[in-house]
Amino acid sequence: MPDQRISVEESKLPEQAAATSIKAQEVHPERFFTRFTLLQRYMHAIMFTTFLGLAATGLTIRFSTNAWAQHFALAIGGFGTILFLHKFCAVILSLEFLYHLQNIAVRILVRKEKGLLWGPDSMVPNLKDLKDIIGNFRWFFGLGPKPKLERYAYWEKFDYWSVFWGMIIIGFSGYVMWFGPFFGKFLPGWALNAVQIVHGEEALLAATFIFSIHFINAHLRPDNFPMDTTIFTGTQSEEEFKERHPEEYERLASQGRLDQQATTKPPTWLMNFSKVTGFTAVLIGVLLLILTVSAYFRE
Amino acid sequence: MHAQTDCLSCHSDITMQDASGNHVGVDADTFHSSVHGSLECSACHTSITAYPHPNHPQAVKCAACHADEAAAVVGSVHEHASDHPCTSCHGTAHAILPKDNPKSAVYPLNIPATCGKCHGDAAMAKQHHLANVYPQYMDSIHGYAVSQEGLLVAANCESCHGSHHVLSHTNPQSPTYKAAIPATCGKCHGGILTQYMAGIHGKAMASGNQKAPVCTDCHTAHTIARPTMAQSTPVCGSCHQAQLSTYRDTFHSQVSNLGSYVAVARCSDCHGEHEILPASDPRSPVNSANLVKTCGRCHQNANAGFVKYEPHANPHNRQLYPALYYIRLFMVLLITGVMTFFLLHSLLWLIRSLIEKAHRGSVKGDK
Repeated sequence: MPDQRISVEESKLPEQAAATSIKAQEVHPERFFTRFTLLQRYMHAIMFTTFLGLAATGLTIRFSTNAWAQHFALAIGGFGTILFLHKFCAVILSLEFLYHLQNIAVRILVRKEKGLLWGPDSMVPNLKDLKDIIGNFRWFFGLGPKPKLERYAYWEKFDYWSVFWGMIIIGFSGYVMWFGPFFGKFLPGWALNAVQIVHGEEALLAATFIFSIHFINAHLRPDNFPMDTTIFTGTQSEEEFKERHPEEYERLASQGRLDQQATTKPPTWLMNFSKVTGFTAVLIGVLLLILTVSAYFRE
Repeated sequence: MHAQTDCLSCHSDITMQDASGNHVGVDADTFHSSVHGSLECSACHTSITAYPHPNHPQAVKCAACHADEAAAVVGSVHEHASDHPCTSCHGTAHAILPKDNPKSAVYPLNIPATCGKCHGDAAMAKQHHLANVYPQYMDSIHGYAVSQEGLLVAANCESCHGSHHVLSHTNPQSPTYKAAIPATCGKCHGGILTQYMAGIHGKAMASGNQKAPVCTDCHTAHTIARPTMAQSTPVCGSCHQAQLSTYRDTFHSQVSNLGSYVAVARCSDCHGEHEILPASDPRSPVNSANLVKTCGRCHQNANAGFVKYEPHANPHNRQLYPALYYIRLFMVLLITGVMTFFLLHSLLWLIRSLIEKAHRGSVKGDK
């Protein structure tokens, strides 16, 4: 369909259409807009890499009676390697989480960025999110128009906060298990049992959620298929911007701030790198999801 | 010796046959070096006293001299064997060697092969409804000690089953009858027998509890498994099913399933092995007073708070573990709730997207 559109436009401009096709891009430069900063892209990259490592090793431990778990453990050097990699990824992810907290704190307390806690650019849920949820369900059933979303859709905020909550819950329970004798000094006995249940179940939720819901919503749903690379390239095209975040687009346009976010089209190598990285992560995740779900329902 | 010489003047021809085709030749050298080599022929062949002798002399009766052994065979599982009850184990009649001769069929190191002539035959085992245990024994630590290390003291078939009076393990008189097993194994493993009898399993066995495990229940009879390693949990769990189930939920079990390279607590590491004592016994390693020491064998810095961890907690049991029960319930509801909502959300979204796409396509088509 996009090809059709271009050909229609080209037919409107016969003198330019006569120019060589190589120059077509220069004649009609697609506008791109920054959505994520370089820091945010690196943060996401570190997070999904360590998360995949944590999930692959953690699910192996959780479903240790399964043949695939035992073969995987054996292949990479037994339980010692599994636990080392799990802790290694956990420490890196913990450091990233602490850095994020520090970053948030500085932006709120030192730089007094009010937009971080409230408003259209904030991750904090608000009334519009509730309206968007209801509006989206109405749209699903054909009862209303598609809601016009702001910078962060309600499912994106859910992604953020579920990871935020998950880091605290899974992280804390993990460190209690790691340093059992230390935490045993001030936690009640049953808490040492509880952390294992909480760690395992919350991690199971995190893995199944990321490997199905997040993948579908953020990368694989028909509008984004086969891969939304925004988090890797940091940019989205004008068409994508208008389609996905119309409220934000119109807000920036009305404030005359659209140009501030305008950027160039990501280079081909970055697009390709993003697709390869994204697909690799999705493939690993979906494989783990299949193993997890089949193992979970066999328990 | 005269009589031998007389007989051997004819019978030393080893190809000699009687009218019915029976081999009646005797290898003089082999016979002379056999355990019976100093006896006169008529000592066994009692019906032959003069020459010419009867065409059909009476059968030799080993029992004439070996009365005790012959009596022992009566009532044993071999009593009605189709083969000769003596020579089938002791070898050819004129070549029988004393049992301390390394070439004897009943020399300790040769016994497994001798019994294996019949008991290593899978078809024969099947016919008599016996497990084909010969290969299991040969691969066991006992079989290895006999066949590879040449240990005279290692257990061979006779050590446990006896020789002339072999009885079925279902016979209460048998040394392999369940209640007799500890004493049978204890003939060699005396120290372990003492520990076992002092433990809860030994006491239960001694009090007549038929369900109490004896040596072979954990170690098996012929394979002689070493359940101190990874196989221990299913072995103990075959009786202690609830404990195995709760153990399976723990990190200990997960490590055990995955790691052959990491030491981890299995049943015996906490509960002991042969002298297993109930937790109420102050000498038990799982008595609350000893937990810091027991857990501390692996967990450095184990302290009174740490050992309050319940290694067999069951979060499905609301009465015993209410906190864990509700925590688990909350987590399960959380997973179910979140996943149900978002899967439904994604599914509806997918359907709507496809409808819109089809709609847009048809609008375009109309134009």
